Amino acid sequence: MAGGRGAGGAPVIEVKGVTKAFGEREVLHGVDFDVAEHEAVALIGASGSGKSTLLRCIDLLEEIDDGDIFLDGEVITDPSVSPVAVRRRLGVVFQAYNLFPHMSVLQNVVLGQMRAQKAGRREAEEEGRALLARFGLAGREDDRPDELSGGQQQRVAIARAFAGKPRALLLDEVTSALDPELVGEVLEAVRDLKSEGMTMVIATHEMTFAREVADEVAFLHEGRIVESGPPAQVLGEPRAEETRKFLARLLEAGRA
Amino acid sequence: MDEPGRRSAAAPLSRRVEREAAKRAKARRNALIAALSSVVVIGGLAALVLTSPGWPTVRETFFSWSEFKNAFPEVLDGFWLDIKVFMVVEAAVLVIALVIALIRVNGSPGLFPVRILATVWVDVFRGVPTVLLVYLIGFGIPALELEGLPTSPVVLGGIALTLSYSGYVSEVYRAGINSVHRGQTDAALSVGLTQAQTMRHVVLPQAIRRVAPPLLNDFVALQKDVALISIIGPQEAFRVAQIFQGENFNYTPIIAAAMLYLVITIPLARIVDRMGGVGGVR
Repeated sequence: MAGGRGAGGAPVIEVKGVTKAFGEREVLHGVDFDVAEHEAVALIGASGSGKSTLLRCIDLLEEIDDGDIFLDGEVITDPSVSPVAVRRRLGVVFQAYNLFPHMSVLQNVVLGQMRAQKAGRREAEEEGRALLARFGLAGREDDRPDELSGGQQQRVAIARAFAGKPRALLLDEVTSALDPELVGEVLEAVRDLKSEGMTMVIATHEMTFAREVADEVAFLHEGRIVESGPPAQVLGEPRAEETRKFLARLLEAGRA
Repeated sequence: MDEPGRRSAAAPLSRRVEREAAKRAKARRNALIAALSSVVVIGGLAALVLTSPGWPTVRETFFSWSEFKNAFPEVLDGFWLDIKVFMVVEAAVLVIALVIALIRVNGSPGLFPVRILATVWVDVFRGVPTVLLVYLIGFGIPALELEGLPTSPVVLGGIALTLSYSGYVSEVYRAGINSVHRGQTDAALSVGLTQAQTMRHVVLPQAIRRVAPPLLNDFVALQKDVALISIIGPQEAFRVAQIFQGENFNYTPIIAAAMLYLVITIPLARIVDRMGGVGGVR
């Protein structure tokens, strides 16, 4: 999958033959997949195709059954590797935001910095404020998450994931829980991260966005990556039958 | 679209006036019904009690003002002991119950034996009536005649209450911890927190806020159950009242003790109500 990409550098994330089952139900069957530095890979596929599970496996929130995952060339799925240390090098944005409701917006953003990275409060808060301002949330630092709109909450979640200066961001359908009119502001934040060269894996249903922001699109179907390549090719002239069917269904639903 | 728009624009004022008048009329009618039914029910009950054949005797043996004045200072003294025991036991219960709950929700294999112990603790001490625990510990521990074990009935009674209530309260904590959504743990881990930090900074603060009303509820119950230690001797309010009652064959001191309990438990109950109303995640 490497080669022929404009943005590509050394691989940051490499997923090799990853298999994951929940009880009897196998969700990922040997997924191979990698993400080069400064590259954004859009992970598309129907609900239940394994997109979220794959992202969770990369952040070690799920234990994989077979295969390996590498971060900057080091294996992270070995039992000897501390998951905490790995998670500090990655950022995740969840579909349902998962902000901490008992903390202010600013506290949400700096918690990881202060507790995990042992940053000083002053320094962490200064950086947190700057980040919030960058995502259009200046003045909301002391609000509780439930005082914010869904789009604002998701931007806080992006700031929180980004605060740890991660090597890569994993975005799990970050606009799926939002009202349509709030999708734009969140995508704008992602675009912003992309423009500064953030390495990203973006699980998404937004095909227009995938086409625009991703360097590569990977289509996940029943736990396998059926097809991957430049967005124009995968979304425009899909080779695999499953990809064609999936895109046709999206088109019918008016989402492509 | 045109028609209904114009109609509502034409007569908003008169409709509003009409509706508000109807609302006021309804409120008046409701207040009247509430007042009438209160008079009927409370008046009926009062009439029933006051006209009962035994009422003159009951008034003398349960509601004697002179007996009340005579016993109240000592019953109040006894009640201070209840309050002190309550405060100490409550503090101990809050801490011990939290430790038990944390042990029980922790899945690490190293803690397996401790987890079994914690489960047994909860099953046994929650499963035995508090009054039996007070009795067994109050008389059993001194009977061991071991050096260094407490022999004061107040301390032993406090220990029995602590054992019993830490069983209940740990289950309240545990329910709170389990009610915090998995996504919160995921998010905390994803920003690089350890399991322990996740519990301390993300799960517990939310869990405790959520279970504050049931926790307080258990403390209202504990406040009352302190009276159970009277069966092993300490001169707390109920015990003192009983002594007076035994001397004068008059139950008024018991009523005095009951009133002292109400002075504490009713405000607590109102606090519980208010917290239940706010509830939620906050």
